[in-house]
Amino acid sequence: MNIHNYEKIWLVLSMLLIIGFISTVVYGATAVGIEMVNDEGGTIDSTALDEDDRFSEPRVEKVGEDEYEAYVVARQFIFEPNPIEVPANSTVTFYVTSPDVLHGFEVVGTNANAMVVPGEITELTVEVNEPKEYGILCNEYCGGGHHTMEGKLIVVPEDEFELGDSNDE
Amino acid sequence: MSEQLESGAPTFLDKFPDEAAVVRAALWSSFIALALGAVFGLIQALHRTDVLRLIDSTDYYTVLTAHGVLMVVSFTIFFLVGLFTWATVRSFDRGVESIRYTWTWYGLMVAGTLMAVVAILGGFVPQTDISADVLFTFYAPMQAHPLFYGGLAIFVIGTWLAGADYIWTWRAWAAENPDERIPLQGFMVLTTMLMWYVATIGIAIAVVAFLLPWSLGLFDQINPLLTRTLFWFWGHPVVYFWLMPAYLLWYTVLPTIAGGRLFSDPLGRVVFVLFLLLSTPVGIHHQYVDPGIAEGFKTIAMTNTMFLLLPSLLTAFTVVASVEHGARQRGGTGLLGWLRALPWRNPAFTGMMLAGLMFAAGGFSGMINAGMNINYLVHNTIWVPGHFHLTVGTAVALTLMAATYWLWPQLTNRRLYSRPIGLAQVVIWFVGMGLMSNAMHVQGLFGIPRRTAEPQYEGFDFVASFGSVSELNLQLAIGGTLLFISTMLFVTNIALSAGTPKLSGIGQPLSEPLSTVDDSPEILDNLKLWFGIALVLVVLAYALPLASIIDRGGLLGPGVDPVPMIVEPVAATIEPTLGRLAAAVGSVVP
Repeated sequence: MNIHNYEKIWLVLSMLLIIGFISTVVYGATAVGIEMVNDEGGTIDSTALDEDDRFSEPRVEKVGEDEYEAYVVARQFIFEPNPIEVPANSTVTFYVTSPDVLHGFEVVGTNANAMVVPGEITELTVEVNEPKEYGILCNEYCGGGHHTMEGKLIVVPEDEFELGDSNDE
Repeated sequence: MSEQLESGAPTFLDKFPDEAAVVRAALWSSFIALALGAVFGLIQALHRTDVLRLIDSTDYYTVLTAHGVLMVVSFTIFFLVGLFTWATVRSFDRGVESIRYTWTWYGLMVAGTLMAVVAILGGFVPQTDISADVLFTFYAPMQAHPLFYGGLAIFVIGTWLAGADYIWTWRAWAAENPDERIPLQGFMVLTTMLMWYVATIGIAIAVVAFLLPWSLGLFDQINPLLTRTLFWFWGHPVVYFWLMPAYLLWYTVLPTIAGGRLFSDPLGRVVFVLFLLLSTPVGIHHQYVDPGIAEGFKTIAMTNTMFLLLPSLLTAFTVVASVEHGARQRGGTGLLGWLRALPWRNPAFTGMMLAGLMFAAGGFSGMINAGMNINYLVHNTIWVPGHFHLTVGTAVALTLMAATYWLWPQLTNRRLYSRPIGLAQVVIWFVGMGLMSNAMHVQGLFGIPRRTAEPQYEGFDFVASFGSVSELNLQLAIGGTLLFISTMLFVTNIALSAGTPKLSGIGQPLSEPLSTVDDSPEILDNLKLWFGIALVLVVLAYALPLASIIDRGGLLGPGVDPVPMIVEPVAATIEPTLGRLAAAVGSVVP
């Protein structure tokens, strides 16, 4: 097959570009440690969330030194708990599930962004730094009131943080 | 311009009048969908930016469903079957084997579209229980009226039969020409349709095995991750199904219009084979942030996706090289000076070139989406529609419209009503999309979501790192309005062309490639081989993820109830009948 020289050069450059892209993703995953949402959150009976210890009472729990877990229910058209309060400078793992349809869980202005699928539990670990208020929104269409589905993530100073705050709604 | 009109050669209509009628019907179906879709698009652009709200925000989702389905299913695919019928008949230089069969698949596609559109537009009429506010992606357990799924199934069956029509023509030709290589356009049509057969396995299973019977009440539970994954099994390759007609036009029509010849026929074949092989085993890249799918499967999809850049990068080279050749044939010189020698006053040429330019931009935003970790920032933000309005919304849509300015006279023996309006139309599209897509990309970076009637929240504001949200909203609304105007100009121009006088001898033969098929190994034309490899790749990419999803959630996903997007659940009149049917079937459903 007759391939023009310019075409060969272009082909080689294209392959280098592609390999370069793959390398950046691999670098992000290994060296920077950006993990994908995966299958480790487990499954759940979405019609019986109230029988599950974690989601019958959506809340934040302390599980270690500066480590917290947030159990969140995304349903038409609210997030529970709301607001979600966590202390500054901690590692927070969100467990999010839905009793009805697909939802999105997006902490606005950050890269905390994942799908919520009924029957599955989305596990997403993030680092929070300074005290700050973030909006949370649903970014997957979930019905006629989709645009009203919002919540808040409040990162409070470590000395002001009290467990259970988020359950008082 | 006179060189376009007085070649003295017969047109497609002169040679194949029966087939030309089918092609015209398919293109008109496509343009009607485009015009309706544009009306809905304008309503959305003005609504979500809060410039003008004509409808209730709940109805926004009905509008959005109609816009999505009409644009990316009806407009694109009707155009594809019209164009492919033309390309098949033209390149094999023989009529279809049975024109009645050809009309049959066209009729099925129309029937399917009408069913789905009735189901969707029923959402505006609260008095009916018909509705399908489930968007183009129809993720379960949101449930549409059975008409929606049924219409979709019938439409897809129509496309399968269309593919069989092209294969039939090819086999009949091959029987008479056993030693000849497949002509380039025929090759492109056949590889694209084979890719479509692989791709539609996913949607066929999702709709026929799960969603349709579920919407009829035969069973009441479903595994949402399974149907979502099957959707994306089809949902990514379908973008290449939209794109391949544009590629066919760039490879085989654009060089002629530019006054030159295609740079390389063999490389064109390689590109289409790569799309056949790689289009489908990548769908999981739409599910990077889904639970229930292991990171390894996502990494495989990411790697395949990046390699899928290769055929598009090769195409960029070939198209530019062919156009440059054309310019030099027309007397163009210099490193870039040849650009001036191109026929920029021809709307068909300028439209396709602008479409190609925007495709480059869309390609770059696509590379960002494909990067698994950076995708976290943009997933489901309005960045994503910003991206695909450059690809399907411009690379495809603008190419199809521009090519129509060239193709339509070949199908009607009539001149275009107005070339200046055509030229204005393609430029307005380019400017409108530049504004709208730019605003969407930037807003996406601020985290503003897609698919949302009112992206204005009570508890927080979006922080704009540059510009302001309201400024971008205005840009988006102006862009959307220009796109609407452009669409109307296009459709009107084509409609008015019916009033221009009949001409004869305005046929436009296509030029031969510089490097012909004789330079390429015969194995390239072994379609069975490529189809087989494509199937193997799909099995490799999907067998384990699908098995794992079924293992986790069950085939029918215990514990997920349907959430009908129907005002009242399925009509009381048919419910008792279905109830009895369900009772009968219930025993076999786990």
